[in-house]
Amino acid sequence: MDIIVCMKQVPDTESRIKVNPEGTGIVTEGIKYVMNPYDEYAVEEALKIKEKFGGTVTIVCLGPDRATEAIRTALAMGTDEAVHLNDPAFEGSDSFTSAKILAGAMKDMKYDLILTGKQAVDFDCSQVFGCLAELLDLPYVSVVVGLEISSDGKTTTARRETEGGMEEVIETPLPAVIAAQKGLNEPRYASLPGIMKAKKKEIKKIDSAALGLNADEVGEKGSKLKTKNFRLPPERQAGKKIEGEPAETAAELAKLLREEAKLI
Amino acid sequence: MSNNVWIIAEQKEGKLKKVSFELLGIGKKLAEKTGGSLSALLLGQQIDKLTEKLDGYGASKIFVCDSEILANYSNEGYTKAIVDLVKAHNPAILLGGATASGRDLFPRVAARLETGLASDCVGLEINNEGLLVAERPLFAGKVLVDTLIPEARPQMACLRPNVLPVPERGSEKAEIEKVAVELQPQDLKATIKEMVKTAGEKIDLTEASVIVSGGRGMASKENFKILEELAAAFGEGAAVGASRSAVDSDFAPHDTQVGQTGKVVNPNLYIACGISGSIQHLAGMRTSKYIVAINKDPEAPIFQVADYGIVDDLFKIVPLFTEEVKKLKAQD
Ligand SMILES: Cc1cc2nc3c(=O)[nH]c(=O)nc-3n(C[C@H](O)[C@H](O)[C@H](O)COP(=O)(O)OP(=O)(O)OC[C@H]3O[C@@H](n4cnc5c(N)ncnc54)[C@H](O)[C@@H]3O)c2cc1C
Ligand SMILES: Nc1ncnc2c1ncn2[C@@H]1O[C@H](COP(=O)(O)O)[C@@H](O)[C@H]1O
Repeated sequence: MDIIVCMKQVPDTESRIKVNPEGTGIVTEGIKYVMNPYDEYAVEEALKIKEKFGGTVTIVCLGPDRATEAIRTALAMGTDEAVHLNDPAFEGSDSFTSAKILAGAMKDMKYDLILTGKQAVDFDCSQVFGCLAELLDLPYVSVVVGLEISSDGKTTTARRETEGGMEEVIETPLPAVIAAQKGLNEPRYASLPGIMKAKKKEIKKIDSAALGLNADEVGEKGSKLKTKNFRLPPERQAGKKIEGEPAETAAELAKLLREEAKLI
Repeated sequence: MSNNVWIIAEQKEGKLKKVSFELLGIGKKLAEKTGGSLSALLLGQQIDKLTEKLDGYGASKIFVCDSEILANYSNEGYTKAIVDLVKAHNPAILLGGATASGRDLFPRVAARLETGLASDCVGLEINNEGLLVAERPLFAGKVLVDTLIPEARPQMACLRPNVLPVPERGSEKAEIEKVAVELQPQDLKATIKEMVKTAGEKIDLTEASVIVSGGRGMASKENFKILEELAAAFGEGAAVGASRSAVDSDFAPHDTQVGQTGKVVNPNLYIACGISGSIQHLAGMRTSKYIVAINKDPEAPIFQVADYGIVDDLFKIVPLFTEEVKKLKAQD
């Protein structure tokens, strides 16, 4: 089974995000970048499937130079190969354009399954899996919390989290795109030998010319969705501390919620 | 190219989602600005009865795609039906709800139409050039941004539920247009085998108006019962959430996690019990209209965003507070 995992490097969720003075983006200095948390589940799932079926796991990452670090992390976890889509022209691509670039790289690759995260926790678009599947004419299942591959390796059964404590069980033929949600598995840590081995692995670099894409078809220029006016949301003010014995504070809270907030 | 506005009216098992009405409300305002008309799109099987429920909110037309193949939601089936219709009518704006189905569906629709999509918006407006401006949170709400789709059509956006009001209902009726759906079972590669209930009947956190959340301070799964009792005292529309620590300790199910890698919620009231208020947790609930924190540590960061805070043992406060809520509710 040959598996592709789409992985993005994003700011650590601990990061305090600042906006640049022009409001055109965020301040990137001082930010620690990590593998997108949902992509960790995708990598782990790919490795588990490989342990069962054999084959290869290839990381495909679209991102600038700094993304190499997250790619090394994925290799250290045990993935076999990595493709780094890296070109200044790619910068500022929206979800559809990112998917176009990723799909471009996959044209010449062999795969039975594509795993992604359900969302990249930077721009929170939650779109790339769907756009990618559409561009490759594949079925997809998003928000997946359970995955089985049939013993003949031809179909998958995915459990998709929906709403209100419901899950859908969806069967698809392979190849398919599966977008991982927290709960799918417990991502492993990279082992020390894994880290050593990852340092030596070759990362294949691909730019827009290699994909036959014009610079104005990708990046901010090629994107349909434009962003502007980055800003911080209004700060919340700390409110009232209610003091007293438990019976008093509980009653006071209920009273405030009724009279001030009109919520009861 | 028209200047018409379309919204997808989402139904599940014959019931319309509340966000459908929120979409009609904003859709009407947008259409007044663009000078176009507002239409709603309803997909499913045997959904005729639902159309009259959509009347009176400003839609002049309701397109009904009724087919056995659309009985269950699927991104392949729904995309085909929607895209065929959009191509035939060319609306300028196409809106849906950022629900479990919406967030699954719209990426495929947008990609097939080769247009842009603003996910999970919290505000929609028309600017001076007549373009849709969608306000969206990034980094789980740590940043806000405006997005525009200057050239491609339709301009697509999905609206986060519970952010915009459901408008007052008028008396006008919409024209119904039944649409023949050209879909065969074999058009769907992915098939739903089963729907599984992982918990009792409960409303989704993103749609809840009151959320009672527990953190590591709850200390066990059994203790979450006191939060369920508090939620029950608030009645319909209340749900129980959890911090990631509580979920990872198996106190609460995965789908109740609130935060940057959980659900982003914005209820009228969020009650955090035994939650410290980590940056990742705050990212998921800081837009709640009112926040209450119950925590025994006066230095807990959650108090910095709480409208009302009680520094005390939650096991003392929560049961007493539940009784107070019940008392007040009984007065009504
Ligand atoms: C990649 C990543 C993503 C993450 N995503 C999320 C996310 O989406 N959501 C999320 O919540 N976290 C997330 N986290 C985890 C986050 O960093 C915190 O660890 C977590 O939110 C802490 O949960 P907590 O507040 O329940 O626990 P703690 O921080 O341990 O706080 C427990 C609180 O309970 C109080 N307490 C204890 N006993 C009582 C009592 N009897 N009465 C009253 N108060 C009591 C304590 O004073 C303390 O403040 C993420 C972390 C990472 C690394
Ligand atoms: N630049 C990228 N490089 C590789 N994979 C990506 C990239 N952007 C998004 N993805 C994948 O698509 C998923 C959803 O991302 P998004 O649609 O941006 O929220 C992520 O979890 C990744 O698996």
